[in-house]
Amino acid sequence: MTDIILAADGLTKRYGDVTVVDHVSFDVGRGEIFGLLGPNGAGKTTTILMLLGLSDITSGTARVLGHDPAREPLTVKRYVGYMPDEVGFYDNLTGIDNLSYTARLIGIPSAERGKRITDALARVGLSEAGGKKVGAYSRGMRQRLGLAEIVMKDARIAILDEPTNGLDPQASIELLELIKSFKQAGISVLLSSHLLDRVQSVCDRVALFNNGKIALMGTIAQLGRQVLGGGYAVDVECQGGARLADRFAAIPGVRKVTEGANGRFHLLCERDVRPDAAREAVAAGGQLTRLELDRAGLESIYTHYFQSGEAKREVAHAA
Amino acid sequence: MPREGSPWRGLGTVILKELSDHLTSARMRVLEWLVVLTALAALYGAIQSVRDTTAQDPFLFLRLFTTAHQPLPSFVAFLSFLVPLMAIGLGFDAVNGEHSRRTLSRILSQPIYRDALLFGKFIAALATLAISLICLWLLVIGLGLFLLGVPPGGEEMLRSLVFLGVTIVYAGVWLALAMLFSTVFRSAATAALVSLGVWLFLTIIWPPLAQGIAQALFAHSDEATMLIGGQVLARLSPSTLFGEVVLAILHPATRSLGPVYLDQLQGAVMGAPLPFGESLLLAWPQIVGMIAAAILLFVAGYVAFQRQEVRA
Repeated sequence: MTDIILAADGLTKRYGDVTVVDHVSFDVGRGEIFGLLGPNGAGKTTTILMLLGLSDITSGTARVLGHDPAREPLTVKRYVGYMPDEVGFYDNLTGIDNLSYTARLIGIPSAERGKRITDALARVGLSEAGGKKVGAYSRGMRQRLGLAEIVMKDARIAILDEPTNGLDPQASIELLELIKSFKQAGISVLLSSHLLDRVQSVCDRVALFNNGKIALMGTIAQLGRQVLGGGYAVDVECQGGARLADRFAAIPGVRKVTEGANGRFHLLCERDVRPDAAREAVAAGGQLTRLELDRAGLESIYTHYFQSGEAKREVAHAA
Repeated sequence: MPREGSPWRGLGTVILKELSDHLTSARMRVLEWLVVLTALAALYGAIQSVRDTTAQDPFLFLRLFTTAHQPLPSFVAFLSFLVPLMAIGLGFDAVNGEHSRRTLSRILSQPIYRDALLFGKFIAALATLAISLICLWLLVIGLGLFLLGVPPGGEEMLRSLVFLGVTIVYAGVWLALAMLFSTVFRSAATAALVSLGVWLFLTIIWPPLAQGIAQALFAHSDEATMLIGGQVLARLSPSTLFGEVVLAILHPATRSLGPVYLDQLQGAVMGAPLPFGESLLLAWPQIVGMIAAAILLFVAGYVAFQRQEVRA
């Protein structure tokens, strides 16, 4: 991940007085999977469109494979595969015909076209459905056809906008496996999503978007330390027991204890404190019913960051 | 800011794809049958009349296009009504259809410019219209030969070919209008309704309205000013222009498309046909006007499309 193949520097998009994307800077290395995460309307898609040269950049610069998407859109679009949110195909054409149209637009020579389409369809598991009209495809099949298009294009960068949106769990796991296989093939992936738990399993690094700005950026472990103040979260359920919250808070490594209803406790900590927590609960005379380690997931980072004002102050401390 | 590469990259691919879409679409088949059936009805009526009355007419074949047989209107009247309908039918969802199918951003993320997509769509739809109109034209000529038993003269062929070309240009005007609205309005239904509304307004309401406006504007001027003023206003509608071209080209006896002063008629042999060149000259401004209208409307659609955001 030494060489950077996609870079945004101070990327800004304004519509009149409204700033949709506000000085966004990030970069993606070769073979890296980078996630743009955040709520709907946070500016993820607009950022992607600017990187593709499909939307004008108000200020800032973008470089894709060393090219400026605003000035050299054809070169950029030749090497970047894009799958938009809810990707659409021509329903009256078959999967193969749809890919063949794109292949001709890309300028793939007719001698290679057939083979590349067949290979791409096989790669995403659509070999049998290729001859069927896209109108009969399920949502997951359309998404996979979108990935097949990127494979066929032999893209160096795949930009995927909400690839798992609207898919059932099985289909989205399959899709994420395909995305991981892109990484193995040396293709960099930039993907945007608001579905965090599924995405975190594939992303090397993520940027959390909020109101057009990147609020946090880094690996998930880094974000967990930043936001949650510790890399681990432990959930404890314990019936009875005196002054449990104080006892938990006294365990070395625990940063914060939140007490919920029915004897539930949520501990944010720097290390795995389960043995200590169990000992304390039993020592206090409580009935330990549940003890679970919640490795700082994106979901908890995200909720914590966006929903509580406290979190923002904590980040300020941590930073 | 200079752009790399050619704006026409991928144009041929887009044209071929759109053309095959049009030619296989159910919509096109319905429109074709509508045109063919109504045109045949008009033609049949015309042949009935022509056979009865003008056996000595030197422009017998042109009468096939222009003769009305009650209660049916003439072939030309049918065409001037149906051609805009066909053009709007092919163009109203050109751009917003790509939006609603969610294919636009995917296609535009391929290494082509937007120019190729819009221009390709226009060319393909115009080619579709041209193919239908040429078939229809051949059908009329063939049936004329068959049913009248008289071969058409060289000048008649020339005039009817010009008529064919002008009809294609006329279709292009409405196609460009429909594509402009398909870019401006995100909903295909809105674009279709607005296109049809503009068409009805310009075809049915505008010509009499233009006279009314001229009468109000030039109330204190002489009659000629009022007439010419009304005509100038009416000619803002492509339907009026098309009607005038048809009059000049298919009725060789037409000497002027505006008011004529008495002294200009001195020495004229009334009812004698003009040579082909003179008729063409008479209709030339109208033809150029229609081409200009098509180009202007296309450019407006082009500018709107270039400035449009790709995402919904």
